[in-house]
Amino acid sequence: MAFDKSEVSKVAQLARIKITSDEIEEVESRITEILHLIDQMQSVDTDSIEPMSHPFGGTQILRSDTITEENNRDELQKIAPKVENGLFLVPKVIE
Amino acid sequence: MVWESVIGLEVHVSLSTASKLFSGTASNFGADPNTQANVFDLAMPGTLPVLNEEALKMAVKFGLAIGAQIGKHSVFDRKNYFYPDLPKGYQVTQLDFPTVGKGSISITLEDGSEKVIGITRAHIEENAGKSLHDEFSNESGIDLNRAGEPLLEIVSEPEITSAKEAVAYLKKLHSIVRYLDISDAIMAQGSMRCDVNVSIRKQGENKLGTRTEIKNINSFRFVEKAINSETERQQEIIEDGGSITQETRRYDSTKDITTSMRSKEIANDYRYFPEPDLLPVKIDESYIKSIEQELPELPDIKKDRFMTEYQLSTYDSGVLTSSLEIADYYEIVVKHCQDSKLAANWVTGNLLAMLNQLELDLASSPVRAEDLGCLISRIKDKTISGKIAKTVFDTLINSNLSVDEVIEQKGLKQVTDTAAIEELVMQVIDENPDQVIQLREGKEQVLGYLVGQAMKLSQGKANPSQVSQLLKLKIQ
Amino acid sequence: MLEKTVAELSKALRSQEVSSVELTQAYLEKIAAVNERLNTYITTCDELALKQASKADQLIADGNQNPLLGIPIAHKDIFCTKNIKTTCGSKMLENFVSPYDATIVSKLNKAGAVTLGKTNMDEFAMGSSNETSYFGSVKNPWDTSKVPGGSSGGSAAAVAADLCAIATGTDTGGSIRQPASFCGVTGLKPSYGRVSRWGMIAFASSLDQAGPISKSAEDAAILMNVIAGPDNLDSTSSRTPVVDYTLNLNDSLYGLKIGVPKQHFTEGLSADVEESIRLSLKEFEKLGASITQVDLPNNHLSVPAYYVVAPAEASANLSRYDGVRYGFRCDNPIDLEDMYMRTRSEGFGSEVKRRIMIGTYALSAGYYDAYYQKAQKIRRLIKNDFDAAFETVDVIVGPTSPHTAFSLGATTDPVKMYLEDIYTIAVNLAGLPGISIPTGFGGNLPIGMQIIGKEFAEAKLLNVAHQYQQVTEWHKSKPSENFGE
Repeated sequence: MAFDKSEVSKVAQLARIKITSDEIEEVESRITEILHLIDQMQSVDTDSIEPMSHPFGGTQILRSDTITEENNRDELQKIAPKVENGLFLVPKVIE
Repeated sequence: MVWESVIGLEVHVSLSTASKLFSGTASNFGADPNTQANVFDLAMPGTLPVLNEEALKMAVKFGLAIGAQIGKHSVFDRKNYFYPDLPKGYQVTQLDFPTVGKGSISITLEDGSEKVIGITRAHIEENAGKSLHDEFSNESGIDLNRAGEPLLEIVSEPEITSAKEAVAYLKKLHSIVRYLDISDAIMAQGSMRCDVNVSIRKQGENKLGTRTEIKNINSFRFVEKAINSETERQQEIIEDGGSITQETRRYDSTKDITTSMRSKEIANDYRYFPEPDLLPVKIDESYIKSIEQELPELPDIKKDRFMTEYQLSTYDSGVLTSSLEIADYYEIVVKHCQDSKLAANWVTGNLLAMLNQLELDLASSPVRAEDLGCLISRIKDKTISGKIAKTVFDTLINSNLSVDEVIEQKGLKQVTDTAAIEELVMQVIDENPDQVIQLREGKEQVLGYLVGQAMKLSQGKANPSQVSQLLKLKIQ
Repeated sequence: MLEKTVAELSKALRSQEVSSVELTQAYLEKIAAVNERLNTYITTCDELALKQASKADQLIADGNQNPLLGIPIAHKDIFCTKNIKTTCGSKMLENFVSPYDATIVSKLNKAGAVTLGKTNMDEFAMGSSNETSYFGSVKNPWDTSKVPGGSSGGSAAAVAADLCAIATGTDTGGSIRQPASFCGVTGLKPSYGRVSRWGMIAFASSLDQAGPISKSAEDAAILMNVIAGPDNLDSTSSRTPVVDYTLNLNDSLYGLKIGVPKQHFTEGLSADVEESIRLSLKEFEKLGASITQVDLPNNHLSVPAYYVVAPAEASANLSRYDGVRYGFRCDNPIDLEDMYMRTRSEGFGSEVKRRIMIGTYALSAGYYDAYYQKAQKIRRLIKNDFDAAFETVDVIVGPTSPHTAFSLGATTDPVKMYLEDIYTIAVNLAGLPGISIPTGFGGNLPIGMQIIGKEFAEAKLLNVAHQYQQVTEWHKSKPSENFGE
């Protein structure tokens, strides 16, 4: 499958990764090579095969509906880049 | 041209669990910002989700209540997008294998007929946090208290054809989740939210028109107005030869219009895939059976029971079962007065009118069900008349006294003492000689006037039928 | 003393031959002396370590018998540690101090192990050479011009250079086994779900697994006894009961059926590695085991499938690094979008960004079926291959890596680097346990043998490895004092 510069930009945007015009060439060629490796998969017929998401068939465990956590805001926000009045601050969100 | 609206609703209800969907953090409304956000809710590196059993149970309850197929094998997926109030950068939801499959609910239309609305699915997912835009000039504040709160998203089939139906559908959902006690479903607090998909087509056509989605409407009234406003807008566009753009819109209640939210349109590609941090949820028949046994009596069944057990009209039964609180209130009143019809009249009439006027909900009603029941009993045992009862009721609103104390203290007890009534009657005869003559001449309608005068003298306390009998006896 | 195994140190501590404080002090001194050259530790926590050691000494004096009590240990810097920086080898988390301990860390703390520090690693565990670390490459103690392998290269090099008694690592596609092989130490990747992932920074959730890197199979068993088991904080941790991993170490290998996959002995395999593995198989035969060939026909698809599954999961797992709640945020963002874009571009290194992009692409509209779903199907084919093989054999044995440690800076082509893990990746896709143990040298560089087991057969792997180590000395070989310089 072809992976061109416009795909690079689209994917970079989705992943919120900035790719400069200097980098785009290399990113494109590297990823194209990797996709070439990945495309070896297409040689096998897997129509009747069930996809496998987890190594072993298991069942989700359930947690009882109890409050086990206490307010620890001050401690947790010590490592935040920017905080005011208990809120995490980010550049203005425009809806 | 006759146009028909095709409406589908996506309703989010917050499940009223004590803790969040995947962490043991409290999930209360209105706490200080970020005081209900632990390491998992903040998406700290290395943290993992574990499913809250109560949230699952609540979803299954809902599924059973709408006659839906319960997913024996439900799978959580990641829905990927960046937003500052979405800490992990993905929302955990259920895409292909929801816990609740196809079901339906029935709604009552304005003409009293019933309509069944299909529910496509209901899935469990986590809520996002909140972005606050007004407190800071160039920045937004992020509060993650709500992040990770359990939601049930209920998706209807596009089978709703008017704004009124949409509201009836929403109210029915509201009533069901409240009956099940799985959500507060308070629209004003966001614990019930609604996205509406609207399209129009010429009546009789099968093909669906292009739809728009109106996001996050937060009251029943606005749902109705938003749909009406949006269908009008779509009609105008089509009638002018234009076409509808598929997009997300927002309802502006002050201007009563919908406006495009273009920012939401930037090529969203959610890249769903099965959440590898959670395993498939397996539900067996015995689990479903055990929840089935815990189900309360639901609105439709209760309504039927009220009609047969209490001999009420379809309408009254509908009103009395529209919420569990009203139904429970009514049944306490009946228990205390043993008169289902009188109880229905009082509850649907005076009580609801009073609550409406005072803008109170039933839980904070100043007149308790036991008191209303007692009041009705006093009418029945002739302690007071129906009219006096209204006075007692009004007094109860502003006092802490019991019904009997009010009757006693205000001296409202109906006068049944023959001697006292005779005294009244004699006074009326003395004061109204003309009417007495007319009555004697056979003008029967004067009797009512004379009874009225006697009642007035007694300040309503005399027993009217006793007065009437005695008047006739004395005059003839 | 520093070269001793945990089992030996434990005895020495109990017989008061040495105290935990003395031992800890000695390790810290050696780290201080050589870390600049080897770059194995990102952070050391001397003060905390000595405090833990002195507490351990008291408990030893009180007669506490826990075999890890007072043993100086190193944690891969992927495990969250309260009060100690956890960087995951990334600028993104350069100053991140976790507010909580990973389950594996709290279990080891409780067992009385002494934390010396946090070891260097490929950024977010994405690499096979340790060269993607933001904190610079780790040098192989056998030859500092060579890579130590990755991503748990810091842990493997620290164990090899006697900069700790034992270390923790994680393995998503070979990240414990391959560096163990390159550094001449023992590394066990347990079955998926055997060890809790709570507090272990996620790379690929359905593949990641933590395990020991040690000086012997016996030591790995001792560590497994502490870290293995279900965890209510990790939904994917297995409920399968744990066993005492030291109990069956001395079982005879008589009658053991060893399968040798022909796909692990193909053209890419270097002659010295092949020779060493063949000789090791002879040792097993001497111990009473029988050797048969097994077929893993889809093995060649494991690398392609892995480079869809792992990046796809990683692309979502790494979305949380957005500069909002913790970690790096770019300077003076002009708006929200700029903050996201620059934070992630400046905070992540190029390999991490590459994998995020591959994963994003594989999951994006129109490609999901061809990539992600296809890879999940191939994953099942690979699992089926192992299931079929294990119908006739008890364990599968082959090389861990096609060759010995390569030179720093030699492999710049990502695809070539990815193929380094050709023998280890399938094991992660299938969720099976695998162990790498030293079996000889190519020149002065160690060679590793991989033993793969059925799901939750860690005790069997440790038994097989231990028996081999009873009749061979490879695991006791030590790099020279000047690290081959």
